[in-house]
Amino acid sequence: MADLPNTSLADRAYRIRRNAVLMGEVQGQGYIAQALDIADVLSVAYFHAMTYRPEDPDWEGRDRFLLSNGHYAIALYAALIEAGVIPEEELESYGTDDSRLPMSGMAQYTPGMEMSGGSLGIGLSIAVGKCLGLKRKGSPSFVYTLFSDGELDEGSVWEAIMAAAHHKLDNLIAIVDINNMQADGPSTQMMGFEPLVPKLEAFGWYAQRVNGNDIEAVREAFDRARQHPLPQPRMIVADTLMGKGVPFLETRDKSHFIRIEAHEWQLALAALDAGRNP
Amino acid sequence: MKPVFSPPTPGKPRLTTSAMIASIAAEGQATKPAPFGHALVALAESRPDIVGMTADLSKYTDLHIFAKAYPDRFYQMGMAEQILFGAASGLASEGFTPFATTYAVFASRRAYDFIHQTIAEEDRDVKIVCALPGLTSGYGPSHQAAEDLALFRAMPNMVVVDPCDALDTEQATAAIAAHKGPAYMRLLRGNVPLVLDAYDYRFELGKAKLLREGREVLVIASGILTMRALEAAKLLEADKIGVAVLHCPTIKPLDVATIEAEARRSGRLVVVAENHTEIGGLGEAVARHLMTAGVHPTFRHIALPDAFMAAGALPTLHDRYGISAEAIGASIKGWLG
Repeated sequence: MADLPNTSLADRAYRIRRNAVLMGEVQGQGYIAQALDIADVLSVAYFHAMTYRPEDPDWEGRDRFLLSNGHYAIALYAALIEAGVIPEEELESYGTDDSRLPMSGMAQYTPGMEMSGGSLGIGLSIAVGKCLGLKRKGSPSFVYTLFSDGELDEGSVWEAIMAAAHHKLDNLIAIVDINNMQADGPSTQMMGFEPLVPKLEAFGWYAQRVNGNDIEAVREAFDRARQHPLPQPRMIVADTLMGKGVPFLETRDKSHFIRIEAHEWQLALAALDAGRNP
Repeated sequence: MKPVFSPPTPGKPRLTTSAMIASIAAEGQATKPAPFGHALVALAESRPDIVGMTADLSKYTDLHIFAKAYPDRFYQMGMAEQILFGAASGLASEGFTPFATTYAVFASRRAYDFIHQTIAEEDRDVKIVCALPGLTSGYGPSHQAAEDLALFRAMPNMVVVDPCDALDTEQATAAIAAHKGPAYMRLLRGNVPLVLDAYDYRFELGKAKLLREGREVLVIASGILTMRALEAAKLLEADKIGVAVLHCPTIKPLDVATIEAEARRSGRLVVVAENHTEIGGLGEAVARHLMTAGVHPTFRHIALPDAFMAAGALPTLHDRYGISAEAIGASIKGWLG
């Protein structure tokens, strides 16, 4: 994709959020707070960092994007619609019977969905295999993979973290969404994973921590991840705010799967509009 | 079931467990070394997409032979089965055909969700090849994969293969490599008995093959129990009991047409013999099909008990749990009355 000015990245993020809210309205509920928190990261990934062809999602030369946290599918669909990979009119089918856009992302359902998530802690291990495969083929493509802070509880994530460093996978860029919320409560209270950056560095990774809702900071982190000269995998630890962009959701009592009243979807869209490039 | 202990009898030596991987070859039996490893090396020459992967068990799954022949196509993933199968899926998604090896217990029990989600659900071309299937280790339940066939049978998209000997293993390796999609193959490793070369036999994926005829009994068997059934059939010749042996190395998809045709031949006792727990393996698959098809022969099942089995020497254990040739022969004689 062409390198767009930052205002455009913010605009992309706005439209990703808008698409996600519209899909949330179809279902009446959903992982909308997570979609809102990760929109800025997806904007940078799809409209600054990644190489791909919207009309040919399986193009061999593409950068791969693996969604490990399958419940974030609503956010990725929103980005894929904005990127032109999925037609905008499919938005209304989110989570409905026989839709290509199921609630949890699956590889065989959706163009641009590279893996089946849902069972958490899996994406990073598939990413390791993809990176090994791309290296075998001499491909310059990167594998980006997004996972959630709760997945750090899974031992399989640490198996993959060790394997990626052991195999010197400098074509791997992982992003962990630290929104500090998992099914049973705040992630850091469910199982302590801090201090994360020193831990990742000790495991042989190039790790950066950024405000995941500061688009400029996220863009710089993606650039540094791509340009880092050492043969090691790269992790972007992104601190995000659930519900970002919709003030009444940002301050609402947080939970993993939020309920929104029917009249609130229009309020959410209005809040997004109000916050757009003031 | 609690283990049963007995004190040593003075002057009466007892068999030892020996290694974790005891040879299943009887003394003096013809064997071939590492049939899977050599078959994979032979295939890899014309199949650049084939790569080998293991979780710290290359030497114990005969994959070290491939690793030595193709060091740059071999991936050591450490003693970690979740990353082994997740990464195998990733490599397959990039167009490669990974042969991923470990012990059957670790693939079926520890990594089940990873195989289910990243390989079977995504329909990736990964071949899962696992040593110590059923009761082929005297090391105790930690290494005895009595339930692997049941678990992998229950997984959509998964082809399941249980070869009998070295010849079967070589040919099944080529067959699962040619098959597009996920496959689970039970592995016999080390010096593997060679039995089927004496028969007019060739492995075909999804096909059961009649190895010998017999008028009184039909044994439908897979894996090393086919070998044992053939031995039992010879023992029963002395009693003028004719035992047919139908070898059914592909557990899924099951060759129901051949099984049904053989079972329909009237008057024979039908016995399914498998190196697997009595729950969920070949026996239940055959019984379900025959019931559904309205074929009702007298049916018996030789299988491992629904119990944690003992540690000990394999010959002792195979006798104790009824899967040695002598035990099979005795069971059949008993059933015929």
